[in-house]
Amino acid sequence: MEVFVQQLINGLTLGSIYGLIAIGYTMVFGIIGMVNFAHGDVFMVGGFIALLFFMVMTAWLGLAVLPALMIVLVLGMVFTGLWNWAIERVAYRPLRGSFRLAPLISAIGMSILLSNLVQVLQGPRNKPVPPMFTQVLPLFEQNGYTVGIGYKQIVIMVVTAVSLAIFWYVVQKTPLGRAQRACEQDQKMASLLGINVDATISLTFVMGAALAAVAGVMYIMYYGVVNFSDGFIPGVKAFTAAVLGGIGSLPGAVIGGLLIGLIETMWSAYFSIDYKDVAAFSILAITLVFLPTGLFGRPEVEKV
Amino acid sequence: MAARQDASAADRPAFDLAAAVKDAGFAALVMLGLSVPILALRSDQNMSNQLVLAQRWDSVVLACVLVFFGRIAVAWLRRGKAAAPSKPFVLPPVLARTGPPAALAFVVAYPLLMLALNGPLGSIKWIDNFGIQILIYIMLGWGLNIVVGLAGLLDLGYVAFYAVGAYSYALIATQVIPATYPDLGLWAFWICLPISGILAGLWGIILGFPVLRLRGDYLAIVTLAFGEIIRLVLINWVEFSGGYAGISSIPRPSFFGIPFNASDIGFAAVFGLEFSPIYRTIFLFYVILILALLTAAISVRLRRLPVGRAWEALREDEIACRSLGINTTNTKLTAFAIGAMFGGFAGCFFAARQGFISPESFVFLESAQILAIVVLGGMGSLAGVVIAAILLVGGIEILRELDFLKQVFGPDFDATQYRMLIFGLAMVLMMLWKPRGLISTREPSIVHRERKAISGSLVKEGHG
Amino acid sequence: MTAPLLSLHHLSMRFGGLLAVNDVSFDVRRGEITALIGPNGAGKTTVFNCITGFYKPTEGMIALTHEDGTRFLLERLPDYRINEKARVARTFQNIRLFQGMTVLENLLVAQHNPLMAASGWTVLGVLGIGGYRRREQEAVDKAVAWLERIGLVDRADDPAGDLPYGDQRRLEIARAMCTDPVLLCLDEPAAGLNPRESLELNALLRSVRDRDGTSVLLIEHDMSVVMEISDHVVVLDYGIKIADGAPDEIRNDPKVIAAYLGVEDEEVAAVEAEVGA
Repeated sequence: MEVFVQQLINGLTLGSIYGLIAIGYTMVFGIIGMVNFAHGDVFMVGGFIALLFFMVMTAWLGLAVLPALMIVLVLGMVFTGLWNWAIERVAYRPLRGSFRLAPLISAIGMSILLSNLVQVLQGPRNKPVPPMFTQVLPLFEQNGYTVGIGYKQIVIMVVTAVSLAIFWYVVQKTPLGRAQRACEQDQKMASLLGINVDATISLTFVMGAALAAVAGVMYIMYYGVVNFSDGFIPGVKAFTAAVLGGIGSLPGAVIGGLLIGLIETMWSAYFSIDYKDVAAFSILAITLVFLPTGLFGRPEVEKV
Repeated sequence: MAARQDASAADRPAFDLAAAVKDAGFAALVMLGLSVPILALRSDQNMSNQLVLAQRWDSVVLACVLVFFGRIAVAWLRRGKAAAPSKPFVLPPVLARTGPPAALAFVVAYPLLMLALNGPLGSIKWIDNFGIQILIYIMLGWGLNIVVGLAGLLDLGYVAFYAVGAYSYALIATQVIPATYPDLGLWAFWICLPISGILAGLWGIILGFPVLRLRGDYLAIVTLAFGEIIRLVLINWVEFSGGYAGISSIPRPSFFGIPFNASDIGFAAVFGLEFSPIYRTIFLFYVILILALLTAAISVRLRRLPVGRAWEALREDEIACRSLGINTTNTKLTAFAIGAMFGGFAGCFFAARQGFISPESFVFLESAQILAIVVLGGMGSLAGVVIAAILLVGGIEILRELDFLKQVFGPDFDATQYRMLIFGLAMVLMMLWKPRGLISTREPSIVHRERKAISGSLVKEGHG
Repeated sequence: MTAPLLSLHHLSMRFGGLLAVNDVSFDVRRGEITALIGPNGAGKTTVFNCITGFYKPTEGMIALTHEDGTRFLLERLPDYRINEKARVARTFQNIRLFQGMTVLENLLVAQHNPLMAASGWTVLGVLGIGGYRRREQEAVDKAVAWLERIGLVDRADDPAGDLPYGDQRRLEIARAMCTDPVLLCLDEPAAGLNPRESLELNALLRSVRDRDGTSVLLIEHDMSVVMEISDHVVVLDYGIKIADGAPDEIRNDPKVIAAYLGVEDEEVAAVEAEVGA
């Protein structure tokens, strides 16, 4: 029981990070029907941007951790958004409406490019940051085992919840969100009705990247380390989350992320830590094969 | 924004410098934004393992200036051309007829040519790193071409079958044969080659079966997942596969029973030659050449058989196929199995050539590279695969050779660390340049009166 | 009296809350051209998709009987088997040719199953043994014969996607006929054809019926085609069969006229009272 509760807390924390990344996949797929293969690497770039700004804030400007983190969060969202904007503009937009495989190959190339660019620019070694929010809030004790929730876990959950709330507001209540949903339904019609489709798609990429940047900041805070190759596996897991939730569905992405986080921690705790990535990939395969619409996706009727 | 400029450029071919400068200025500004944290600052560990920041504002300025002038140069090159659609690339008939035989003659003569030019020791690198390496990828490209190019099934986990082939050979040759029929040791490669192919083909069916009803990107992701699962199992199931350490001392192929070593029964001694490692390299070159040619020959044959036409029909329109009585499940499975089988052959050869394998050789990047070769070559085109493999694999290998760059960028410059960076960039640029691949026309599989190439714009890319 | 070629018994098809086809029964008789007509959204294409196996009906039975008495329950066969075993071929409302393949290749793909057997399920074909070459030549001859019938023999080596619209329609029919069907289902074959092409189509469909002995079931909006060539007409409206009979009877059926004229809701009752429904 005590182990289970502890893993539940850990799993939800990890799941929050996956959920934030998953939204980027699901939004891009929803609007242009493309698996943005490079999104995991955008998340990694976001982590590096956050790391560098965090160093600037603390080492150069001497800010305390909490204000530094808040500034880093905002800067990270802006600069990662710019990265994804540029990526979409350069590598995907010219291929829109062309051969279907071309954007996918381009995205795979972009993924390779990003991780190796970061490797060249920042070096191949792990980048450690000093531990933050190390205190743990004890919840209860059972059988001599203290179940606690780390301050950083609280921070992650709160930041995730706030980001999602803002994001939800933007998508549901603003003209931008409406334009986005219109483009999802029918791009041609949307453009006939005066919606700037290109700009809407660009903004979708920017928003996805901004959430990935939040995930990047949380990732560094949680693990205390980031590496140029950290985009691939979290990226695949977040994509799994998006698929599990039903690709195209925003609440689905978040719930899928939480589920994947829970499954991963539970699997590690109760089965074998070695095979935790195998578990994630198996869930991906099983979901796609047996439940391709995911938990909250719209069923697709084959048109004859 | 670019579209609007392109349109105005078509009306008025004159070069609009002001607009180009404005656009380039904007691009340089974006570059500045992109490079602010990640290029301008570099994080390094100091002695006490803490991160410290170093600054590189000179590089940022350089990057922005490069982008600014690069953008202007691109605008200058594109002036007035925007409206004209690029013509599909069609080989001139003379070249189409004489090209393949000439290329084949060159490849057959290649090891001897290198030997004559560079001597026995100097030519190993050229025959092995360029010749054999490129031929392996050509063979893999041709194998995957059956799945992706002909049947239109997007497979991002092709490397799994390569791994199955390699591990089949490695395990049988190092464990099974010594334990059961040690006398056959010298023939291990020749016995295992068909077994590896068949095992890989079986895995193709096993992995193919559940995913057949998926389409497009979903199929790609599931195949990626399967590829990764196989690799992760190879890493974690240490008793079976040796884990990260892999399998070493894998027997090398023999010359039909005659080993390539310095002993009295070795190849050199039997043929009265002075011992040199080059003979094995040359022999391996011809083995992979024959395997690759076999793949090509079978692909060409299959395309003209009903199953090949059904693959292509499947790529064009699956629903129409079903209305014509074609069992699409079986058709897809045969494509998966045959493609996987060639991957298995190539894997078996790879293990025998390296003498050592580990899960490191079967990462997702390999699948991406093979897929990039197929797509860049032009889907379904055998010649395209050859050109793309030479460009991509040869290009990466040649980056190892660029020592002279050290004189330009200083002695710290290491070209190899830029290899994958350039590879990724090349993938993006090539897709932007030719989204349908280098050879996008399709050759009909049967002709009534007159052979006509089919423009790539009509050919579908498949739905799953 | 032998059983009719095709008989639908109480066919219903539900998509979620929508009952697209509601308890429809009718027969398609051997050696006849049967037309299935009705306003847009009447469920005609859904009936077609049930017959050809692309949808599995929610309820009902679709029985197809060959001349030798073999009976097939189409709702139980997987889609490709319906063509292979029960010998029902179809065309599509939005033409589904293999656009990037040549006209000739399209017709060879249609002969996939016999050619597959001739190539020894690929094994013998790859090795180049067995009589595959000869069988393939026969298949080409058959394809060319069809191309001559539809006047496209000169375009045999052109990609199907390059053909004009009317030629694509005819090619799709020829492709379906290359599977040697006993029943040919055509989904709006005359849509988008000009009057001359429409006449050619009529001649082609008659020759399919009379020369090849293949019965035809077609969905059509063009009443001139329907009245001209069909032996039997079935009318659907809102998923329900409202009439079934010879073209002349249908032409004068007030229910059909009402359905087609799309009378206002209030007037339906009046029209129905008039016709005594």
